[in-house]
Amino acid sequence: MLHIPVSRWGEPYKSLDIDKVVHFATGEALAEVSRANGGLVERDMRFAKRARDMLREIPIKELMQMVKKAADLYTKAELPLGTGTQTPDQFVRMQSATTGLPEHMCRFNMEKNHFVLNQMEKILDALTRGLDLSILSRGYGVEERGVPVSYQAQSPVLGLVLPSNSPGVHTLWLPIIPLQVGLVLKPGPQEPWTPYRMAQAFIQAGVPRQAIAIYPGLGDVGAAVLQHCPRSLIFGGTATVEQYKGNPRVQAHGPGFSKILLGDDQVDYWEKFLDIMVDSVLVNSGRGCINCSGIWASRHSKEIAAAIAERMGPIQPLPPEDPKSALAAFTVPGQADAVNSQIDQDLKEPGATDMTDKFGARLVKRERCDYLRPTVIHCDSPDRAAAKKEYMFPFCTVVQCPQNKMLESIGPTLVCSAITEDPKFQRDLIEATHIDRLNIGPLKTIALNWLQPHEGSIVDFLFRARAFQFDKVMLKP
Amino acid sequence: MTLAQAKDQLDAHLREIIEWHFNPATGSPFWVDAAAGKNPLLKLSFDPRKEVKTFDDLKKFGFFEDEWLRGGPVRRWQPRALWNKPTYVFETGGTTGIPKSRVVVDDFRIDYEMFSESLPDAFFPKGANWLMIGPSGPRRLRLAVEHLCQCRGGICFCVDLDPRWVVKLIKKGWMEHLKAYQEHVIDQALTVLSAGHDIKCIFTTPKLLDALAGRLEKDGSTVAQQGITGVFCGGTEMTSQWIRFAIEELLGPGIYIAPTYGNTLMGLAASDMPKAEEGYKIAYYAPQPRAAVQVVGFDNPDKLVDYGQEGRVMLTTLTKELFIPRFQERDEGVREKPSAKYPWDGVSGVKPYRGFASTTVVGVY
Repeated sequence: MLHIPVSRWGEPYKSLDIDKVVHFATGEALAEVSRANGGLVERDMRFAKRARDMLREIPIKELMQMVKKAADLYTKAELPLGTGTQTPDQFVRMQSATTGLPEHMCRFNMEKNHFVLNQMEKILDALTRGLDLSILSRGYGVEERGVPVSYQAQSPVLGLVLPSNSPGVHTLWLPIIPLQVGLVLKPGPQEPWTPYRMAQAFIQAGVPRQAIAIYPGLGDVGAAVLQHCPRSLIFGGTATVEQYKGNPRVQAHGPGFSKILLGDDQVDYWEKFLDIMVDSVLVNSGRGCINCSGIWASRHSKEIAAAIAERMGPIQPLPPEDPKSALAAFTVPGQADAVNSQIDQDLKEPGATDMTDKFGARLVKRERCDYLRPTVIHCDSPDRAAAKKEYMFPFCTVVQCPQNKMLESIGPTLVCSAITEDPKFQRDLIEATHIDRLNIGPLKTIALNWLQPHEGSIVDFLFRARAFQFDKVMLKP
Repeated sequence: MTLAQAKDQLDAHLREIIEWHFNPATGSPFWVDAAAGKNPLLKLSFDPRKEVKTFDDLKKFGFFEDEWLRGGPVRRWQPRALWNKPTYVFETGGTTGIPKSRVVVDDFRIDYEMFSESLPDAFFPKGANWLMIGPSGPRRLRLAVEHLCQCRGGICFCVDLDPRWVVKLIKKGWMEHLKAYQEHVIDQALTVLSAGHDIKCIFTTPKLLDALAGRLEKDGSTVAQQGITGVFCGGTEMTSQWIRFAIEELLGPGIYIAPTYGNTLMGLAASDMPKAEEGYKIAYYAPQPRAAVQVVGFDNPDKLVDYGQEGRVMLTTLTKELFIPRFQERDEGVREKPSAKYPWDGVSGVKPYRGFASTTVVGVY
């Protein structure tokens, strides 16, 4: 059977602890993955500085070219994977088989990663606001207007504790290697595929293998990554985000609670925006933090909920290889049951109405996996418990709320698409600090502009602007 | 000793212990009252002194509830015949609420003297001084390791470590404080090691050994360069992968590591040093007949699993100081065949029981 070892800065290490990765629908064992231990991560961090040192020997422009080459290798080449190799089609099948995502969505995520890698120059130009990237490499420089600047890397490596449920998140760490910062990846238990394949694509494209380490494992490995990498990203639930709030070493990515707000000036034309609303909830099977989980309107809310329910309610689970498959399977036993119970509990509250009820049972149980069918709940007030919920499937609430109460009621919102031409409401939205990505106009919450920072700029997280004065004789600008 | 002789020895020892604990003249109030129908926590419908003659007969007791060990009076567990002896109380758990308690006179000394016989003198030299880097406070381990060292002729140095605070830090998510506390413990250990005490042996837990070795390496040293030749490791879960990592990368070839499995109720089960050719398997064997380990079905704890199969660990303690029949541990493992050295069942691959695993907190120590 295919064995995927721990990768200790490119050196394979077969652990005595092995996890089998199985197909969610058939139970077929697809691979065995070596499980690292926390001490291994701590010990290997002795070489973190070497990762950055080796990357700094390669000019950023060359790294950009390597990344572009890696984009094609990632999507087109048969690449080494542990004791075997993997074609792009095998990658798609394996990712679908373990995460439950339909294959066409896995392909879409591949294309998304390819796009980001291919556009890296523009993305870094945007994220650094046009900074000459050699300044990041050297640590200092002089701007065109003659002002000395200095950016200091806060860590030789970026640690990542990755999730299993949403392969889309990998776009966040793709710009790291061109920034000459090493990668310490802890893959999600059901999604080892992207980290390994992307690492191989980078290596085949010329990136030093000593710049990337991959540690599959349990919680102790994630904790070790966070403890020993001076800068890390972690993906998790609300509790994870709360735990790391205010910790400058960790950027925690959790549920997005992304929303569409319909302004009073536009809400009477809500039917024009139905496609935008449905796509925002449904695309990628509702798994992303950028998927919409709440649509807020001061009137017509029940009609809006009914119309979205009519579009999404009939959707049934289809085989993962079916190009029309819109629903991802829940591959972790008990997870779908737990979510279903929570929704049923919230629906006991007066004022919360299941608009998709008439389309049949929400929970569909299969032999080795479960599905949750799209669910739309109407809430007659923001006070309903359901109004603040987000789940890992096409789920949304349509909340009736006066416009002047919306911003104080919506809570933290990763992506907010506000459909309004009202200048005062627009101004209030721009000032709202609990909204991260703001779209003004009929824009899908899932439509990301990659030239914009996501939950804070990764460049600002990794580099600190600081004062730096120097004598031009002693230090060449 | 053959398997049959070991079984006969266990049965004979069991009869002696049952007579001792259930005889009103010598016995412990908990068990004497249970047999007389006067114990509100447990009423036995049989007379153990008449009906429990073999280890298998212990099934009549059902399963021991460790919740019974919370609170007092703790004397109820101690046989009356020992009430005039100096008595210790050791606690387990207790991060929140009332901890579980065990009263002890000499058991920990006997257990650790027996364990001492399993340690190779070449790596744990007689007369060598020890450093105990593990839980202090109302824990058995601190006194037990100190006695182990003393009975081998050495002097034991210790650090302060409050595991209840560690569990609280983890539950609160105060990971920076957790790291700082771990560093505080390692600071204490390094101070002792640097003070010229000629320490050759340490007791520590897997996480603390990781941290100690990591810190020494950062300081340009190693565990071996500190003069350590023997490491007695226990207290928390230990996988074969971790022991391999410890041997290959933290300790090196000149240091012997002795993994153990145990708790306040049972004492401790020894293991030979795991070897590469055996996949670093850690197989533990209880100090029978004073304690016995069984690996039973997850769904049917009355039935032993087959050798090589996984099941839940069930402990029985049979000493003059404590009788604990059929306690289903918070661990699971694989049933191991008897060996020439230990002609009774053992357990390997010990890890938190899957039914509780998500609630078990293992932190700094």
